[in-house]
Amino acid sequence: MSNQSWLKNEIPNYLMEEVEQLAKSRKLSAAKRDEFIEKVRQKYHSMQVDPGEAIGIVSAQSIGEPGTQMTMRTFHFVGVSALNVTLGLPRIIEILDVRKEPKTPSMLIALKSSHNRSREAAESVANKITEIEVAKVVKEINLDLANQEIILVLDSEEGRRYGLTPTQIYDNLIPQIKGNEIKKDGNIRIIIKPKESDIKKLYKLKEKIKELIIGGIKGITHALPIIKDEGENKIYVIQTFGSNLKGVAEIPEVDFTRTTTNSLYETAKVLGIEAARQVIINELVSVLEEQGMPVDIRHILLVADLMCVSGNLLGVTRHGVTSQKSSVLARASFEIPLQHLIAASIIGETDKLNSVVENVMVNQPIPVGTGLPDLVVKMDGAKITKPKKKDGEVTA
Amino acid sequence: MDETNTIITKRIDNISFGIVSPNSIKKIATVVVSSPELYDADGYPVEKGLMDLGMGVIDPGLRCKTCGGRLRSCPGHFGYIQLAKPIMHAIYSSEVHDIMKAFCGVCGKPKIPEDRVKAYKTRIANARRTGNTDIIGVVKASVLTQAKKFKKCPHCSEKQVTIKLEKPTTFSEGDRRLWPTEIRERMEKIADEDLEIIGMDSKVARPEWTVITLLLVPPITMRPSITLVTGERSEDDLTHKLSDIVRVNQRLFENINAGAPQVIIEDLWDLLQYHLTTYFDNSISQVPPARHKSNRPLKTLAQRLKGKEGRFRYNLAGKRVNFCARSVISPDPFISIDEVGIPASVAQDLTIPERITEWNIDWLKTFIKNNDKYPGARYVITDEGKRKKITEDTKEQILEELAPGWLVERHILDGDVVLFNRQPSLHRLSLMGHRVRILSGKTFRINPAVTKPYNADFDGDEMNLHLPQTEEARSEAENLLLIENHIITPRYGLSIIGEVEDALVGLYLLTRGDTELVRAQASELAIAAGIEKDLPKPAGKEMWNGRQIFSMLLPSDFSFEDETFVIKNGELIDGALSEKLIGPESGILIQRINSKYGAEAAKDFINTMNRLGLEVVKNRAYTMSFSDLDLPQNVTSKIRTAVEDSENEVLDILKKLKEDKVSPIPGKTVEETAEAKILYALNKAREVVGTMLKKDANENNNLVLLAKCGLAGMLNLSLMSGFAGQMSLRGERIHIGYNKRTLPMFEKNDLSARARGFVRKGFAEGMDPAETFFNAIVGRDALMDTAMRTPKSGYMQRRLINALQDLRINYDSTVRDANQRIVQFEFGNDGIDVSRSEEGKINVKSILAEE
Repeated sequence: MSNQSWLKNEIPNYLMEEVEQLAKSRKLSAAKRDEFIEKVRQKYHSMQVDPGEAIGIVSAQSIGEPGTQMTMRTFHFVGVSALNVTLGLPRIIEILDVRKEPKTPSMLIALKSSHNRSREAAESVANKITEIEVAKVVKEINLDLANQEIILVLDSEEGRRYGLTPTQIYDNLIPQIKGNEIKKDGNIRIIIKPKESDIKKLYKLKEKIKELIIGGIKGITHALPIIKDEGENKIYVIQTFGSNLKGVAEIPEVDFTRTTTNSLYETAKVLGIEAARQVIINELVSVLEEQGMPVDIRHILLVADLMCVSGNLLGVTRHGVTSQKSSVLARASFEIPLQHLIAASIIGETDKLNSVVENVMVNQPIPVGTGLPDLVVKMDGAKITKPKKKDGEVTA
Repeated sequence: MDETNTIITKRIDNISFGIVSPNSIKKIATVVVSSPELYDADGYPVEKGLMDLGMGVIDPGLRCKTCGGRLRSCPGHFGYIQLAKPIMHAIYSSEVHDIMKAFCGVCGKPKIPEDRVKAYKTRIANARRTGNTDIIGVVKASVLTQAKKFKKCPHCSEKQVTIKLEKPTTFSEGDRRLWPTEIRERMEKIADEDLEIIGMDSKVARPEWTVITLLLVPPITMRPSITLVTGERSEDDLTHKLSDIVRVNQRLFENINAGAPQVIIEDLWDLLQYHLTTYFDNSISQVPPARHKSNRPLKTLAQRLKGKEGRFRYNLAGKRVNFCARSVISPDPFISIDEVGIPASVAQDLTIPERITEWNIDWLKTFIKNNDKYPGARYVITDEGKRKKITEDTKEQILEELAPGWLVERHILDGDVVLFNRQPSLHRLSLMGHRVRILSGKTFRINPAVTKPYNADFDGDEMNLHLPQTEEARSEAENLLLIENHIITPRYGLSIIGEVEDALVGLYLLTRGDTELVRAQASELAIAAGIEKDLPKPAGKEMWNGRQIFSMLLPSDFSFEDETFVIKNGELIDGALSEKLIGPESGILIQRINSKYGAEAAKDFINTMNRLGLEVVKNRAYTMSFSDLDLPQNVTSKIRTAVEDSENEVLDILKKLKEDKVSPIPGKTVEETAEAKILYALNKAREVVGTMLKKDANENNNLVLLAKCGLAGMLNLSLMSGFAGQMSLRGERIHIGYNKRTLPMFEKNDLSARARGFVRKGFAEGMDPAETFFNAIVGRDALMDTAMRTPKSGYMQRRLINALQDLRINYDSTVRDANQRIVQFEFGNDGIDVSRSEEGKINVKSILAEE
């Protein structure tokens, strides 16, 4: 709309860049170039959204409407078709819910240039990252009932594969089984003795020890090097099943600045809200793209911004974004009306009727779209008396 | 007063919430209910009963004792019941529990030191001032944890015993039960200003008001009884519940007065408590729901508000309307895309109010004269807002009195704008404005080109029609809702309306390059399409080609180019029209026309194309027969070898697996690797055949023609005349399950292609029994997927809409919510309306090209 020209005289940077580039490549004269810019500017302004537009509804519909056409098929292969990730409608719902833990947490770990050239180098990092349970590096776990002891017989070959020496295994075990005596017997055997003798507890301890993690990063159950095309050069990255941003950050071979996880909650916790916002956008875009559902990025940006605008990650649920609404009636009309009404009555809340649903409820124009503008009339001489508001008890 | 004549002078500014105090109950109530009887022997409402005429009337002929109004004019009035003993309010009991935890039961002071109290008070006051109500909850929680630490009251040093709440309403202090009387006393002790620290506003909510002494009885109009055909009266659930309460309450009174033993009184007290609890909410988990005689649980107050059918979502957030119609839809490709065909029978029922001026009075008089005959009128509304029905008898008088300023409710006419909608209304394109076109028949008619935005088809779909009744509404419908304003979808900036079916086939045939037309044919096409231009110079000797005809409807300065399609200066040079260019949900050509020449031009472009395409098909005819599925001998044998090859490949892999020669993919077992390889091999077969058919495709085949237009994929074709291929369930072959085989005709542990759901034949040839089963399995799975997806995505949509509905663009271009909180400074960082954009972008190159 032309009425906005006084608000903004510029065109966005990305457009300007494109224009400049084109002008250069076509070798336009300065005058021609200015004329061109002016035309782009006019076009840009003619495309602006009108004030009052219920843009939230438009965006919500744009993301929600294709949902009916999406598949529920949860899994899809990634990379070398060895790992599955949630996709389709369930994944979108998962993102909007901001689940603490996604159904299939996964990371894409970028490597420093020293390790991203060959499969071997990448694989060595992958092995380092994958969590290793005790069961993986022992030949056997024996119970010595007579002495009330558990004897771990280490498999040095397997240990080497995962880059763990017996001493390392021993050191990693100590903090995890506090309250029990632990000692090394030669280079192969580790003996653990609980303080109190109880056969049942001994068995339980044995099972517990089997699952203890003595290497790698907790939570990362699989890690596979995959090839990623980055323009001309091919680069190895590591795709994981399971996610642990903090843990991975400590690995020196990892290029942490380009490492991502699909867990929103974790991203927000480790990298902050802006990073989480970017993850929401990336994940939504990739899911919709994979399903072949074209949705303009602006709609996704709006949803992501709304979820992050408070500084905390809020889901599109009654506990998240909706709970932030100031209107009692708006909250009550969404879900669990009783609780909202009761709480409102106790603190004596007032609904100012400044959003959409409440006004629909009381049959008044909604403050959106054509319902937004008000007429201001200047009345000569006539005084406008505002009715005084009365505080006090609720009466009929 | 008629609403069309009303100027709104008052509007609701805000709504405050609070708890009703006994005093205000007394003030607003008109009747003290004390009799459990409803009607006397004559069927007349008993005085002081629950149907007392002082609480409103629901019978025609009776008058309200309070306001003297009749049915409809009396809004109803409240009454109250004086309870014999105080009763806890079940829904507030956890709140009461919190209060008792925070305050000393003896002195009524908060169980935290004075200085802390002050700090909390300022925090609450700040929260209130800023309207940040969720802070109140945080403060309250911290008060409670603080109070818990004090075993002795810091003010009166009284020892504090933990108070337990046995849900829903039974309180005890240590082992001693706390009766509502005592709880109420404790609540009364708490000072107004101290209540602030747990966020209670003592002006509208004193804690003792949650312990009920006077029970408010809702007006009869809120719980009307109905008279059955037998003459029997059937009371509302609320009346039933209230009469239980009155009855038990009276018994309790009598027992107390008679000096009955404490046990009996306490039993009755608990019974009364039960009735009140279920009166407020009949779905509290610890309480058995009160039931009707027929064992149906009663619908009490909470049930009236809750859920999809509750007051909020059913009556308040959703409204019923007048001036609407609903009927089955059917296609009519000869009306404009922005029209809707309306049967005459509907047109005579629906009216639009039209204001009389001195310029249109004679015209409007003809409607009144016609009365019930089609273009007629049903009512007039005088300048005073009085509504008069037009009948044969009143007609003459009305015609005489008629004056400018009156409204005439006339029948709808061709050209009126109406709203047309199909549920589910998933996006804004589900409700658009159409122009009326009165047609014979009994269904609504739309142009098939606009089925896409509505997601409609004609297998029995019904659609709704609404008539805007005010000038504002009509103006909005014409300027904002009309089809032409919605050709480009706001979802991704491409046209969602475009050519479909026959019209598309016709346009393809016309433009594929082999259409030669003599002058008569060429002009006939142009006339049928409604092109009012002279024929261009003939391309051949008095011969025109199809592309020339199509070029006639292009603006002369329009250019477009992609890999296969070239338009230069309004001249179609090369390429044939297809779904990609002019179809719904893609139509780049339509989008270009729209952005360069405006919505109206785009609408006309679609309409003209539509007529042109149909005319071509009318002259040439288009059909399909079974022989279109036949393939040449050599192709069928090639397909057969391809199928056999892939089956053999599977056997090969299986053999290797048996010999343990398969090297596993990292992260997978040997079996899984083999399975993945098999799946790949089998799916490849389909691809091979697909490309084979494509290579062999001949446009004399009607199906191939359809594929070329983009109306069907080559896949459909290869499924029918080729073979159906691997039936996959969740991305895998059909599992062998517990019995180690898919069907009894296979051997156990048979992993070959056929035994795991490989269909070697096409639909035309027909499947064998095993293949039929596999196909049915996949078909059922797809059906289930749809059935489960619909509610899930529906709920997601509801949540999204609810979360985002208040966001709007402000005059300063920011996106803000209802509290004026800025969410984005510019929508999408550049403020571009996607439905005005070109696929979400600005096509800078095309601007430059225009130079």
